[in-house]
Amino acid sequence: MTVLIGQLFTGVSIGAVLLLIALGLALTFGQMGVINMAHGEFIMAGAYTTYVLQQVITAAGWSLLIALPVAFVVAGAMGVLLEMLLIRRLYARPLDTLLVTWGVSLILQQLARDIFGSPNVQTRAPELLTGNIALPGGITVANNRLFILALAGGAVVALTLALRVTPLGRRIRAVVQNRDLAAVSGIPTARVDRMTFFIGSGLAGIAGVALTLLGPIGPTMGTNLIIDAFLVVVVGGIGQLKGTVIVAFALGVLQATGEYLTTLSVAKVMVFIAIVAFLQWRPQGLFTLRTRSLA
Amino acid sequence: MTLIRGRRILAGAMTLVAAAALAACGSKTTDGNTSAGVAADVSGDTVKVGLLNSLSGTMAISEVTVRDAIMLAIEEINAAGGVLDKKIEPVGEDGASDWPTFAEKAEKLIREDRVAAVFGCWTSASRKAVKPVFEKNKALLFYPVQYEGLEQSPYIFYTGATTNQQIVPGLDYLKAQGATSLYLVGSDYVFPRTANKIIKAYAEANGMKVLGEDYAPLGSTEFGTITNKVKSSGADAVFNTLNGDSNVAFFKEYKSAGLTADSMPVVSVSIAEEEVKSIGTQYLEGQLTAWNYYQTTPGAANEKFVAAYKAKYGADKPTSDPMEAAYVSVYLWKAMVEKAGTFDVEKVREASDGITFEAPEGLVTVDGATQHIAKTARVGKVGADGLITEVWNSGEPITPDPYLKSYPWAGGLS
Repeated sequence: MTVLIGQLFTGVSIGAVLLLIALGLALTFGQMGVINMAHGEFIMAGAYTTYVLQQVITAAGWSLLIALPVAFVVAGAMGVLLEMLLIRRLYARPLDTLLVTWGVSLILQQLARDIFGSPNVQTRAPELLTGNIALPGGITVANNRLFILALAGGAVVALTLALRVTPLGRRIRAVVQNRDLAAVSGIPTARVDRMTFFIGSGLAGIAGVALTLLGPIGPTMGTNLIIDAFLVVVVGGIGQLKGTVIVAFALGVLQATGEYLTTLSVAKVMVFIAIVAFLQWRPQGLFTLRTRSLA
Repeated sequence: MTLIRGRRILAGAMTLVAAAALAACGSKTTDGNTSAGVAADVSGDTVKVGLLNSLSGTMAISEVTVRDAIMLAIEEINAAGGVLDKKIEPVGEDGASDWPTFAEKAEKLIREDRVAAVFGCWTSASRKAVKPVFEKNKALLFYPVQYEGLEQSPYIFYTGATTNQQIVPGLDYLKAQGATSLYLVGSDYVFPRTANKIIKAYAEANGMKVLGEDYAPLGSTEFGTITNKVKSSGADAVFNTLNGDSNVAFFKEYKSAGLTADSMPVVSVSIAEEEVKSIGTQYLEGQLTAWNYYQTTPGAANEKFVAAYKAKYGADKPTSDPMEAAYVSVYLWKAMVEKAGTFDVEKVREASDGITFEAPEGLVTVDGATQHIAKTARVGKVGADGLITEVWNSGEPITPDPYLKSYPWAGGLS
């Protein structure tokens, strides 16, 4: 029983990591339809931001807290730059976008290698986050996992609120639902696209900060994550945040359970088979957004 | 909007990415070129040697330090006049933590650069990838890392420990400490899988229980479940054969789960001083490692080595077992060449038996029959300063036995 609850928590925390890395993509890919292969590198940028800040601010707790907004802005700015320089010109050409952003991802990886060196680096976690909370019944809950769970939850709530109640959120939804109508209604679609991209990429930066608590930081860390992130968004259903949230946790728990019953590699295979089977049944994903656009 | 179309394209692209990854994993060693050896180019007043290590990717954390140690040995030898009156000219290549790349670069070093010997490789997967290249070209590889044994290539000299010089003594130590049950955690490739086979055979013959066995892909950073399994198994100790920076994620998770060196010690065979530094002492203090050398190993040869290394690379750089074995391998090659009087690979091999060297770890002797070297086994504990202090040693160099022929319980392994 203890193990079961422990495993459930592990699954939920894997889900929280998936959610964090997929949330930004749910915005840029899910809402805007841009296939951004460099999304993983924005996660990497967020992680390296934490590393750099820790060199300057040596108190691990403070540097982590400050890294959250800084990484958001750094990754967001990189996203806006990418949008303005390249993606904006390729909105009607998804295949080209895919290849170009893949190229950008390779360039960013090499850049990281040149700046920070090829070997992976680590950050020190604040003392508070290396411990755990012991619950009755011998269950322990790791503090860093709890922190990531809270961070993922916070990000979802903030993003949902931003999309629902702020003027920018309303404009984003209007552009997603019908770009042409939004444009003739006077919404500056280009500016809305840029802001959407800023937020989506910024969320990747926050995911990067969270990942420093779990493992090493390296130039290729983004590539390892990007496929998972796309899977979550595709299975969740494009254009829907709640799909992304549900699928992230479902895949997390599935992965943890499979891993517990079999081995890590078999569990990965199981997750992939489950996804393929699911998409055969519902090719449009868990939830779909009905749009009134013509395409 | 082009959402659906975009998704289809994405699906195609993901397939491509996956296919590319699979192709990279496939064994792309050498093809039907069956020419005899390429003689080393020793016409000038220098002799080239190849340095083949991962300078990027998940293994770079470990392999960069080995490259540094090899360079130190080459510089020292050159300063003392070189080998057979020729200065050594190192040619470096990056294996990039990718096994087919290792094979390609090995081929390049042998055939294009025509080096007299190659020093390098860390993971057994990379060694297995380059082995046919060296055998086909009749060229020499000096492999400086402890490994899973059960191998003996005529063109490889193994200067790290084989299993009876590291893993078996490590198990003997645990047994003497009263451990009766083990949990095995390792990376998913040839070394951990073979090592664990040996550990299981040992455990069965010695009345120890193996309560579980788990593997994570190289570079994996998700250890929540494995840690849960380890914890609930209640094993007396964990035998860790993880490689590269998966160790970072594993030990972070291990500490977060409330496990400590006192409640459930971890014996690692791939974590040396350099890895301790980058994983973080806060996660590793009190944990055990099995090796043949520590920076703290006493002796004049080691003092000289540590001082020279720190002078060249910085006072904060620790020295470790694979670095020491790599450093020693260059000197052993020099001694073999000088005994043979030529760089000719076959003559060098013939001259190898009985070569000794006063290494930082103590006296080492080359065993010509197995092309391994006799070494002293040691078990150490990670201290608060990040250095490892010896808690046990075998007292004398252990003769290498890569196929564990002298251990009755290992009968069914090879």
